[in-house]
Amino acid sequence: MPQVTLTVNGKQHTVEVEGRTLLVELLREKLGLTGTHIGCDTSQCGACVVHVDGISVKSCTQLALQADGAKVTTIEGLAAADGTLHPMQEMFREHHALQCGFCTPGMVMTAIDLVESHPAGLTEKEIREGLEGNLCRCTGYHNIVKAIAAAHPLMHAKAAE
Amino acid sequence: MYDFTYQKPSSLADAVKVLSGDMEAKALAGGQTFIPVLKQRLNKPSTVVDLSKLGLSGITVAGDKIVIGAMTRHADIASNPDIQAKIPGLAHQASLIGDEAVRHRGTMGGSLANNDPAACYPSAILALGGTIKTDRRSIAADDFFQGMFTTALEQGEIITSIELPIPQKSAYEKFRNPASRYAIVGVFVAKHASGVRLAITGAGQGGVFRHTEMEKALSANFSPDAINGIVTPADDLNSDIHASSEYRAHLIGVVSKRAVAKAA
Repeated sequence: MPQVTLTVNGKQHTVEVEGRTLLVELLREKLGLTGTHIGCDTSQCGACVVHVDGISVKSCTQLALQADGAKVTTIEGLAAADGTLHPMQEMFREHHALQCGFCTPGMVMTAIDLVESHPAGLTEKEIREGLEGNLCRCTGYHNIVKAIAAAHPLMHAKAAE
Repeated sequence: MYDFTYQKPSSLADAVKVLSGDMEAKALAGGQTFIPVLKQRLNKPSTVVDLSKLGLSGITVAGDKIVIGAMTRHADIASNPDIQAKIPGLAHQASLIGDEAVRHRGTMGGSLANNDPAACYPSAILALGGTIKTDRRSIAADDFFQGMFTTALEQGEIITSIELPIPQKSAYEKFRNPASRYAIVGVFVAKHASGVRLAITGAGQGGVFRHTEMEKALSANFSPDAINGIVTPADDLNSDIHASSEYRAHLIGVVSKRAVAKAA
């Protein structure tokens, strides 16, 4: 069976996979990182978004073997070792940006990449467009948008330190 | 998904060899269409050949042309300053494909090789009069697109780059399906020194096509009013649950005018 070596949340793993194993299956089934969700299986819902080499991607639409040598960050890799939440997680809590929570891991990962790639600021329109590939069926978008807008200055202030 | 053998060759020659020697082998570019297709078991390749280690990404300006590597991602095309300045219609078009995460993986070469009848890029490449470079030859856009999901590519032939002449003006206008975000009608217009080329995606039964009557009118007068009254026959247009062929025929007029207004 082929092997894939990748770094997930700072820790290197070498895992046996099949050709057809998806990155999300590797994360959930081989590494037990079930924070990354599978919502639709048709590459539309975004619940499976993780960062591969710092970029948000749908882990259900990438083969595990394609991630050989990559650095992957999942929702489990965001909070500090002492449990302090990432500013984006904190703002999702502060602004009640979740209801059932199913879409939340993907929303948070997409939102972090969106904020990081727009250091000068994000308009509400840009935030909404940036969330195009993440579906929330509790219709919670308003508070998600608020949370992302609130996290922007926190993340960039932190980056400037 | 059915299982397959995965290979990631490090030379173009090796990739061509694997793909040419096995009719059931398939190339994997960004995978944003291909992997969903595999997940639905609509395709059962013996071997999947990952093209990501062949050094086929990058954007360069070469005189009056822009050359885009086949494995260049949509997000990199949308945000590239040279493309934004010289072919703004293409940068805008790339920014409308799929969603943020899809644009981080999907590639221009993959989209062109697939030639989905509702894909965006075929309209740009055809309207810009681009050239598709492969491991073995150059193919003019006018010869490349040969109908729905059909191209001039031979078994095992790999697109390496896409060469696009820089036009005087360009714009893309997309009338999207509100759910899938694919083009119900997408129009790319390019004004070249030699005349105007206008290509339509999403609407034709045979995939992307040029609207020669509009091109003639726009070459004489590059303004939205120049195409007033040009009627597009509905005969060869798609009709589905999203839009009838008559509606698409009407949209072609409306969306083309919007594209010209944006470019002019």
